[in-house]
Formats: sequence, C-alpha cells, structure tokens
Amino acid sequence: MRSPGWRGCETMNWTLALPETVLSVAGLGLLLAGVIPKRDTTFPITMGTLGALLVAAVLVLGAPDGQAFHGQFVSDAFARFAKLLILLGAATGLLLALDWNEKQGIARFEFPILVLFSTVGMMAMVSASDLITLYMGLELLSLSLYVIAAFDRDNARSAEAGLKYFVLGALASGLYLYGASLTYGFAGTTNFSAIATAVSGEGGVSLGVLVGMTFVVAALAFKISAVPFHMWTPDVYEGAPTPVTAFFASAPKVAAVALLVRVLADPFAELAEQWQGVIWLASLGSMLLGSLAAIRQSNIKRLMAYSSIGHVGYALMGLAVATDVGLRGVMLYMAIYIIMNAGVFAVLVAMRRQGRSLERIEDLAGLGRTDPAMALAMAIFMFSMAGIPPLAGFFSKLYVFLAAVQEGYWVLATVGVLTSVVGAYYYLRIIKIMYFDTAEAALDRRSSAVSFVLAGAGLFNVLFFLFPAPLVAAAAAAVAALAG
Amino acid sequence: MLDIGLGHYLTVGAILFVLGIFGIFLNRKNIIVILMSVELILLSVNLNLVAFSSQLGDLTGQIFAMFILTVAAAEAAIGLAVLVIYFRNTGSIEVEDVSTLKG
Repeated sequence: MRSPGWRGCETMNWTLALPETVLSVAGLGLLLAGVIPKRDTTFPITMGTLGALLVAAVLVLGAPDGQAFHGQFVSDAFARFAKLLILLGAATGLLLALDWNEKQGIARFEFPILVLFSTVGMMAMVSASDLITLYMGLELLSLSLYVIAAFDRDNARSAEAGLKYFVLGALASGLYLYGASLTYGFAGTTNFSAIATAVSGEGGVSLGVLVGMTFVVAALAFKISAVPFHMWTPDVYEGAPTPVTAFFASAPKVAAVALLVRVLADPFAELAEQWQGVIWLASLGSMLLGSLAAIRQSNIKRLMAYSSIGHVGYALMGLAVATDVGLRGVMLYMAIYIIMNAGVFAVLVAMRRQGRSLERIEDLAGLGRTDPAMALAMAIFMFSMAGIPPLAGFFSKLYVFLAAVQEGYWVLATVGVLTSVVGAYYYLRIIKIMYFDTAEAALDRRSSAVSFVLAGAGLFNVLFFLFPAPLVAAAAAAVAALAG
Repeated sequence: MLDIGLGHYLTVGAILFVLGIFGIFLNRKNIIVILMSVELILLSVNLNLVAFSSQLGDLTGQIFAMFILTVAAAEAAIGLAVLVIYFRNTGSIEVEDVSTLKG
C-alpha cells in the first residue's frame, strides 16, 4: 500500500526541498533583520526578499527529480515549471508594491516577508504528493494572503476585503479537509500514488472516495475562483491594495491551477470520467460569467477580477479535455496569463494623480496623450488579453482551443470563442478611453520598477510569437512528468 | 448494548460539518459566530480522521489531525486579528454591515 518513495528510500532526501528550505530560512532571517534596527527597513528587506527569490529560482532550475520525506514531497519537471512561474509572480508583485506602498503610507517591512512565506507555501503546494503536505502548503499560502489583503489596515475597504477573504478561504480549507478525511478513510492512505493504486484497484471506486474527491475539487475551485465558487473574487480584488491584487491574480492562481492539475491527473486520474464533467461545467460557467459580468464594471480592479475568472475558465478548458495536449495548454495558458497580468497591474499601480490612487476606468482617459509609452503598453496587454494575434494571449487561447477541438469538445470551444469576442468588447473599451476620450490631467510620474515590469511584459507579449518553442517545450515536459 | 462503530463517528462528524457550513451561511448576526463555525468544521474533520485512523489501524490520520489542530490555532489568531482591524475601521461586527464592496 505504501508509495515507492516509502519503500525505496532510507534517507529523507531533504536536499530536494532545498529551494523551499532556503526561502524559509531567509524569511526568518529577514524578519529578524527587519525588527532589530530602529530605522525603517522596508527597502533593504524588499531587496533581500527579491534576492532570496532569485536564489530559490536558481536552485529550482538545478533541482533533480525525485521524492523526499518518505513520499510526502516530489520534485519533477511539473513542479519546477510551476515554481518558476510562482517565483516570477511573487517578484513582480514585490516590485510593484515597493513604490505604491510607500506613497500610500503603508510601507512596512512585513509585506515582503509575508509574500515570501506565501511563496514557500505555494512551492510546497505544487510539490506536494500527499494530502497532508498539500494542506500545509495551502494553509501557509492562505494565512499569509489573509493578512496582506487587509494590509492597508486603516482603510475600511481593505479590512473588509481581508475579512471576506478569510471567511471564504477558511470555508474552502474546511471543504478540502473534509474531502481529504473521506479520501483517507476510504482509500486507506493520504499518499497520492497510493491513492491512485487504491482507486484503480479491483471492484471499482467506493462512493466515499468519490465524495471526498468532489469536496477536494470544490475547495480548489474556490482557490482558483472558478464558477460557482467565484463570489469572493471581485470584492477581495477591489478592496485589497492594488499591488496585493496584482499578486493575488498571478502567483496564487498559478499555484492553485497547477495543484488542481496535479491532484486530478495523479491520484484521481482513474476517476477522469467523473471529474471531467465537473471541470467542464466550471470552465463553461467561468468563461460566461467572466465575460458578461465584466461589461458593466466601472472599477478597473473589479473588471480585472472578472477578467481573471474568465481566464481561469479558458485554462480549465484544457483540464476538462484531460489529454496531454490539453494539460500542456493549461500550463502554457497560466504562464502567459501571469505575464500579461503583471503588465496590466503595472499600469493600475501607476494610476495615481496628485498622490491619490485611482481605480475608475475613466481615470485612464487621455493616457494616449499624457503618457504615450504606458498607453501603448496597456494597449498591447489589452489586445493580448482579448486574444488578438500575433500577441502572446492569442497563442495561450489557441493551444487550449486546439486541444478542445481535437477531442471533440465543440461546446466548450464554441463558447470559448464567443466569450472571447464579448471579452474583446471591454478590453477594447479601455483602449478607446485611453486614446479617444477627453484627456484628464497627467498621472504622477511612474516609478522605475513599474517601467521595468511594463517593458518586460510588453516585450514578452509582442515577441512571443517569434520564439514560442522554449516555453511550449517546457510546458510539454512538465505535463509529461506528470503522466509518467 | 449498542455498539458504537465507524458509522456513528462519521455521522457525528457529518452533522458537525453541516452545522458549521450552515453557521457560516445562515448566520445573519455576528462575525464571531462565523469564526466559531469554522472551528466546528475543522473539529468535525478531526473526528473523522481519528475515527478512520482507529478503524484502519494506521497512524497517518492522527498525525493529520495534529497538523490540523496546529493550523486551526493559527487560523483563529489571524481571523481575530483581521476582525479587530475591521472593527477599528467600522465600529461594528454585524454580518449585514460587511457589504461596502459591491458591484
């Protein structure tokens, strides 16, 4: 009944978890370094955190394959791919927060450290090969996120966002745990590969495991904000400080999607017929809601929340197909989404006039004249999000649609194309406001970190079509590791 | 004499779990009640895990329960901290008041 890792290895093999270990120790050290000096330490601590993330990224690149901690933790191409995306998302979030938090008067050194700990949680999550490891990673992530959602603590909206996120996140954790307890009871183990063996055994699947799986999928759907578990997303995205929203929409989303892919494709692979229908429905619902509900929004952060729900719907399309091509599409989608998203939020973070942060779409009016470079970058991201060729966002959609069409999922593919058209309406509306509406006063000077993120994300989106091969190959290798 | 078996424990666990869920959704008064409901959900899961662990003769479930207890403590601490921040800003912890953010 034990996993191969349990029988095979005498040692703990802890070096496989070196990136996580280094990050955790760095987090503790930075916490200490932040408290001791009398003066404000936000900037050096942020730089230290960025350095730790960079070191972790290098270690992830060099990490070998294998299982550690008696099959609790796995390091494979899939985990590495997801971890690099997570580190990228966390680093962009920190860069965007640096200047914004200072202007908002909430520059505290705890912020980068909380982001760092949530990153450790995400990395543990995508490397989990046991229900217990998964839970610990998920909670380390969630607990850090509850705090940074309410980070602007003198702002009622931020506090409310934190409270809502906490209540619904705790509910999702509860659902996950209940599902995990049933899975443990009826499969007799918490290890992923042992669950896979138990599920594929003679005599079919017990009802208990099926119910358990349903609870686990529902909980993870909460975390990726797929319909019908999306209701917290717009409120939390609107209320949380803008760089925090940028972080929420990138790294945790990638981590949760990767986790969902691993859980469904590894321990519950044999139950594909059962979960495919659920994911199909979630994908359809998310695409429809994401595109339709975004139309009447006037707050741009709320609009991005619905847009992120829609994007999760497109990514889930690949998971509903459940072939290798489909899963590759999911990972590729998340990789491109995280970069587009970083670009859009760089613009949102720069929306500040006379020191006051702005959130209405109309506040972008006339950006084409007052800041042509940023308007051009925003236009690129909007075209890319709408899926217009030859920008990167087109290819991300292309790969999941291809997988859906290949396997005959015509309804999903058709709805996907139609909702893309609806989505294009509100993305293009932003471009229209930027270039054709009466200009408002110029925005405050953007920080160099924002310019850096804008340039990087913009170049990636424009040039992706020239060199798609490395990223596609990496995603394919990641998915192959999962199946093998 | 009635034999208490796995089924009984699971039933109690399920009842507590459902009470917790209803406590979150039907509660119209106080946010503290929501925190209590969350704890109820976590404890129902612990009951499940320990019952299964004993039934299977496998310690994993009990180890899992210990982890959940630890995390539940941290979760309650953070929940209360967020609640305090919220109260400072609005002066109320009525559930009905948590609705500034709407679209």
